[in-house]
Amino acid sequence: MSSKIKRNVLQSMIIGVLAYMGALGVPQPAQAEYADIVINNYADAAGMRPAVFPHWFHRIRFRCKVCHTDLGFAFKAGGNKIDMAKIIDGKFCGACHNGEIAWSVENCAMCHSGIPGQPTHFHGSTVQRLIAPAYQPLPTNDAKK
Amino acid sequence: MNHKTKAISFSLAMLMSAFAWNTQSYANEATGVELPVMLAEISSVNTFNVNLKKPKSRNLPPAEDGIHDPENEATHSLQHPLDAYKGLPTSEYGNYVDWVKALDEGKLRPRWDRSDPNEEPFVLDLDIVRPVKASVPDVVFPHRQHTEWLYCSNCHPAIFIPQKNANQISMSAILLGEKCGVCHGKVSFPIETKTCRKCHSKPKPAGWTPPLSEATLKNPWK
Ligand code: HEC
Ligand code: HEC
Ligand code: HEC
Ligand code: HEC
Ligand code: HEC
Ligand code: HEC
Repeated sequence: MSSKIKRNVLQSMIIGVLAYMGALGVPQPAQAEYADIVINNYADAAGMRPAVFPHWFHRIRFRCKVCHTDLGFAFKAGGNKIDMAKIIDGKFCGACHNGEIAWSVENCAMCHSGIPGQPTHFHGSTVQRLIAPAYQPLPTNDAKK
Repeated sequence: MNHKTKAISFSLAMLMSAFAWNTQSYANEATGVELPVMLAEISSVNTFNVNLKKPKSRNLPPAEDGIHDPENEATHSLQHPLDAYKGLPTSEYGNYVDWVKALDEGKLRPRWDRSDPNEEPFVLDLDIVRPVKASVPDVVFPHRQHTEWLYCSNCHPAIFIPQKNANQISMSAILLGEKCGVCHGKVSFPIETKTCRKCHSKPKPAGWTPPLSEATLKNPWK
């Protein structure tokens, strides 16, 4: 009898613990602005926070054509293999973040503002909201090599 | 096994899960995320919405949005989207801004050139109608709104051959990020119930009914 009670108590406790963990385990997704991009091909490995690019902020100032035609950004998050050498040579972000059109490149932390460890991804994309394939980070260029 | 012990162990379980809910609701008050509704105490898989993903808050400041690091000091110098959107026409999806209307009403004047603020876009006013076999309204692709933002070479020929109906487009391709989905669902308005009619905007001709499937036509038992 007493062992039965013990088992029953134990069972109930397990249920309780499971309910507790179930309640806390509900994933709480990031609520970033639609079309924000985290770019992290190299930054983490070099000890910098990932770069965050806000589309909303830039499209208020520039039409898509400026970046995606004139400056040659391909439509692929992480696909342009942006690095600091290209930026200081005036390519990609460096075409504007040069102290003439926008604040210059020494403001490292303005761009490198992402939570460390996040993979390169596009926030709020429809693909991420589809139920069947759970969110998967885009393959990094390094992984493809 | 007697009722007393049963009751005790059961109330223990209830107590613990009540405690779990309590701590969770405190946690959630801070993050502003709504609690899932439980249908049974027994299994945590029986929440009312298992798969519904609903953003509970919108346009959060960078420091609270879950991708920016609040420990980075510069994060707090970044702009709050709502400050930027003040006075812009609103929408019910994406950034919750109607970007097309904002341009049309002259509320926004984004540059067409990196450095010359006076250069004007090369706008093409040409609607392409794509009849759809399904019962949804036909798709109208408007060049005007697109060429306000984009240049021809952003779409032609890499995404679309510039010839009416030369491209095979389907909803599945769009949802997976191809064709219209290269931009819609990423930067331009997302694909969700509230936006279907933005693309599917031309009503079907009067008396239109969906074509019958082969299986129905050849059904030997009909
Ligand atoms: C205009 C935005 C911007 C600014 C300002 C900026 N970066 Fe970057 N940086 C980027 C982007 C975008 C990447 C690519 C991120 C990736 O793919 O991991 C990058 C990559 C890097 C990398 C890894 C790749 C490499 O080149 O080795 C390092 C390290 C780095 N940045 C350091 C810095 C430092 C230090 C500063 C300040 C002197 C700085 N960055 C300022 C945007 C910026
Ligand atoms: C200030 C520059 C800039 C402007 C303006 C801009 N973009 Fe981007 N866009 C980027 C950058 C940077 C990336 C990411 C590239 C990378 O990570 O290598 C990107 C990526 C994208 C992607 C790729 C998404 C994917 O599948 O990974 C799409 C689509 C896109 N932009 C569409 C647009 C549209 C539409 C507009 C106009 C409303 C626009 N962009 C305006 C800079 C810009
Ligand atoms: C076409 C020009 C252009 C390009 C390309 C560009 N930016 Fe910017 N960016 C701007 C301008 C203009 C501002 C506003 C500067 C100011 O406030 O003085 C800005 C501001 C920013 C801000 C600050 C936003 C805020 O909340 O204040 C960040 C972060 C940023 N850019 C990141 C990037 C990154 C990362 C890239 C490259 C992937 C990039 N930008 C490429 C023009 C550009
Ligand atoms: C946002 C993407 C996009 C942009 C930007 C764009 N187009 Fe198109 N264009 C399309 C689509 C989609 C079609 C329809 C293709 C189909 O029906 O298969 C099309 C069709 C065409 C056609 C064929 C029309 C016909 O009747 O056969 C021409 C010509 C054309 N575009 C020219 C242009 C020019 C010129 C520009 C720049 C001013 C431009 N397009 C910009 C997406 C675009
Ligand atoms: C290269 C990027 C790109 C592609 C590809 C693209 N669009 Fe768009 N589309 C945009 C942008 C940018 C806007 C401006 C509104 C916004 O950003 O939400 C827009 C707006 C629209 C609008 C809204 C116009 C309004 O009056 O509000 C419709 C409808 C539309 N697109 C349909 C389509 C269809 C259909 C396709 C595929 C045949 C397509 N788009 C492909 C970038 C694109
Ligand atoms: C960005 C524009 C766009 C949006 C938003 C959009 N559609 Fe479509 N849809 C299309 C295009 C383009 C086609 C292909 C038309 C054709 O056959 O040429 C299509 C085709 C379809 C078809 C026919 C079957 C197929 O896969 O071709 C259905 C059904 C459909 N859409 C339903 C929807 C529903 C439901 C929504 C809202 C969740 C939606 N669409 C939102 C552009 C859009």
